Amino acid sequence: MQIAARPATGGTILDITGDIDLAHSPAMRKALLQEIKEKKTPKVFLNLEKVRYIDSSGIASLVEGLKASRDMGTRLILYGLSKTVREVMELSRLQKIFEIHESEAQALAS
Amino acid sequence: MGRGKAQAKAEMLLKLELQSNPEALCLVRATVERAAEVLHFQDAETRAIVRSVDEALANVLRHAYGGRPGLPIEMSCSRVEPNGQKAAQGGIEILLADKGVPVKPAELKGRPLDDIRPGGLGLHFIHESMDEVEFTRKKGKNLLRMVKYLSPSSQAAASEETSKCR
Repeated sequence: MQIAARPATGGTILDITGDIDLAHSPAMRKALLQEIKEKKTPKVFLNLEKVRYIDSSGIASLVEGLKASRDMGTRLILYGLSKTVREVMELSRLQKIFEIHESEAQALAS
Repeated sequence: MGRGKAQAKAEMLLKLELQSNPEALCLVRATVERAAEVLHFQDAETRAIVRSVDEALANVLRHAYGGRPGLPIEMSCSRVEPNGQKAAQGGIEILLADKGVPVKPAELKGRPLDDIRPGGLGLHFIHESMDEVEFTRKKGKNLLRMVKYLSPSSQAAASEETSKCR
């Protein structure tokens, strides 16, 4: 899994590539919390277009990121969810808890 | 592993000896995905099977072995033969065995989904994704048996194509 950060309107986009599983979710969690809690980025956009798989540890990291962003009064915005990722969100019944958009353009316009 | 109960006949397809390293999970996912495809499971069913095996192995790594790497896990994958009852279409049976701390089945419930917090989702995914899930402990090993049956539509597709092995 790879994580790359780039600036975006009002915040930062984190581009995630690969599988978010037990081996890699700690790295995503660290990057996410660093952006939200340390850098206090107002909007963190998580680009999941190139994520092929996410497990429950990855979902747990996203929930932790969401809680941190709520504590900080900032926003965590997800977009580009694959069928696999969307299924896991639905299984977790979290699809309505997160702010999710189809595309980067929609996410940035939100 | 619950073999005393009336169960559908299973033909072993593969057996893997793994170590408790998180990096192995992606290899197992790829292997199980291909096995499910060969058995004619449809895409959504295949994703469910892969998800269940991955989550079960992650639980072994985190809970049974407490995050310690290099410890043994056995996994086998079998074709469940159609038997005219609930396995009318046949399916896949996956067995996992580890030598970690004993699993307490009564405590394996996961958390309520309306409790929004990190963790506790893996077991929920497994139970939602598989048709049979059975935890036992024998001879110092935690044993997990998971079965997924082919849906009628998968079986119909399978009958049109004799083999997906190339």
